Amino acid sequence: MIYRKIFSLGSILVLMAVLLSACSAGNATSPTDKTPTLAATSAENEGNSVVDMTPTTASSGDIIPGLAELSGDVVIDGSSTVYPITTAVAEEFTKVAPNVRISVGLSGTGGGFKKFCPGETDISDASRPIKDSEIEICKENNVEYVEFTVAMDGLTIMVNPENDWLKSVTVDQIAQLLGASSTITKWSDLDPSYPDEEILFFIPDPDSGTRDYMIEIVKGSSGDEDLRQDDNTTFSSDDNVLLDGIENEKYAFGFFGYAYYVGAQDKVRAVAVVDEAGVAVLPSDQTVQDGSYNPLSRPLFIYVNKASLLEKPQVAAFVKFFFSDQGGSKIMSDVGYSMPPTGTYESNLDLLASSIQ
Amino acid sequence: MNSDQITEREFVYREKIELRKKLGQIFYLTLVLAILFGLFMLAVLLIDVGIEGGPWLKSQIFTNYHSRFPEEAGMKSAIVGSLIVTLLTGLFSFPIGVGAAIYLEEYAPKNKLTDFINLNVNNLSGVPSIVFGMLGLMVFGRMFGLFSPNSWLVSTFNIPVNDGSSGGLIFNLFTIPWLEIHLPFGRSMVAGALTMTLLILPVVIISSREAIRAIPSSIREAGYALGTTKWHVISTLILPISMPGILTGMILSLSRAIGETAPLIIMGAFTYVPFLPESIWDKFTVIPIQIYNWITLPQADYRIHLAGAGIIVMLVLLFLLNGIAVFLRNKFEVKW
Repeated sequence: MIYRKIFSLGSILVLMAVLLSACSAGNATSPTDKTPTLAATSAENEGNSVVDMTPTTASSGDIIPGLAELSGDVVIDGSSTVYPITTAVAEEFTKVAPNVRISVGLSGTGGGFKKFCPGETDISDASRPIKDSEIEICKENNVEYVEFTVAMDGLTIMVNPENDWLKSVTVDQIAQLLGASSTITKWSDLDPSYPDEEILFFIPDPDSGTRDYMIEIVKGSSGDEDLRQDDNTTFSSDDNVLLDGIENEKYAFGFFGYAYYVGAQDKVRAVAVVDEAGVAVLPSDQTVQDGSYNPLSRPLFIYVNKASLLEKPQVAAFVKFFFSDQGGSKIMSDVGYSMPPTGTYESNLDLLASSIQ
Repeated sequence: MNSDQITEREFVYREKIELRKKLGQIFYLTLVLAILFGLFMLAVLLIDVGIEGGPWLKSQIFTNYHSRFPEEAGMKSAIVGSLIVTLLTGLFSFPIGVGAAIYLEEYAPKNKLTDFINLNVNNLSGVPSIVFGMLGLMVFGRMFGLFSPNSWLVSTFNIPVNDGSSGGLIFNLFTIPWLEIHLPFGRSMVAGALTMTLLILPVVIISSREAIRAIPSSIREAGYALGTTKWHVISTLILPISMPGILTGMILSLSRAIGETAPLIIMGAFTYVPFLPESIWDKFTVIPIQIYNWITLPQADYRIHLAGAGIIVMLVLLFLLNGIAVFLRNKFEVKW
């Protein structure tokens, strides 16, 4: 009786093991099963696109020959701000190069460099330029890299729609409001004509590149090394929490990325920022891209491991695809970012070509 | 006089019994409210998720990968990843957890060292999961950098270092490759499953010990009285009798593991994985990471509808696991 129970337990374990190996075996064979169909559909797509594209521009097949035959891994990690761009380009790239396996992680700009500099990843997404301390680690590990600008992102200063007094702010005012040494707690502290009410601040938390960017702006104006953290301040890494706070508090003040603002224009009001010439500029696709929304628009980067570019053809092909008319420029408006200034992608391609040689 | 006293007492007693009955009813109502609170919250969750995610629960969830268009986005690789990581976690944690429990209950001498181990097993079950993630990254993911391409260990012993789906150390048995090991484990499903094993091990050990302790000592003594060895008593009496309890604890722990996000993100699980794993050494993502990622995206279709559909898939998986637990428990149940 008891032996039978042990036997059945054993058989269940064996079954689980078999199931597991069957799982992995099935997966091992599945790519080869799928390749013909996928290749067939992509070939069809390519055929179509060739027919469509030849009159106007060169087809993607011409830009990078032999995409369909490429295989191997491309490992990407880094900023959650750049993540939507990279995954969208990867999605397009996989349509023409079905055997290349691109995986993208989400560990933040700093976390991405922690994996990039020891050589664990091929490409690192970054919402700010690489820091000196990170360059040091890359050097220690003999990791050389190439920096590419892929998109523009704007910080948007936001208030509640019922706020009818704050029309525009200067960078100095932003620094006064958000700096760690700030003594402002009421709107009337900023300007006596504003309401005598407490300001509630909604600020991204320390893991976010958006916050790092704001700290740099504040530092440049008032020298503060960090943003305020008192009872009036709410931190969150989740932009939706910040959005809800500003939407529901009449006396709120906060900021986050332009892409999130675009999806929430009916809930909060963006505040125009006064640039160096003294002109108040509202963030829009136009002003972010041409750099006139200044200094609160910033470039987003990808850092590519040079050894990966030289040794892994799929990495080079992916980067090349990124800057072709099938890549970044095709998906940018879908994911809510702006293209960098005209000519950036062309010079990126030149930089890539010189890096590969 | 005497009879008067009795009636007076009786009167007081009757008055009190009314009060006691009322107290009893209030207590009963409180208990019903307590259970209703839990059920109500569960119902709200299920209805909310059902309304938000139900209409989006289409075949694309199971056949597609993440896409920048919400209508085309799915979580195929996350579902497969969750299933394989959970199975691996079960395979790793069952022998280790049950073995530790048997040692602690049947073999361990009563001394300071055993007390120390007991204390730590109990403490470990309260450690935040993210700590296990960091441990997993250092120990399994990077292996303290021992196997980085330029380390002395690799150059001395000429170890094939491979952090990917293919390659690695392959052991052959009569030309049949039966074991493949990649060093370091990297961001693979094995590393993820081992991290999860660490996470649930304390609970597995504690629940297995409870199950073993619940066996009446008369059973053990009857076994020894027949002249059998300790090993025989454990393998033929203790284990089969305690199996329902052990399996229950095991599956409940696995249910916890299937919903964990933080340790896997720290350990290095990816978020966007548009391919199915080719082996257990491949890169992976899991359902809760995919849901978390969708919730952080600005578009409402991802945040509300697709995340809701993902939650439904995960709940169904959880209920299936719990169903298996109930089935196994009934199957192995020993009637006295």
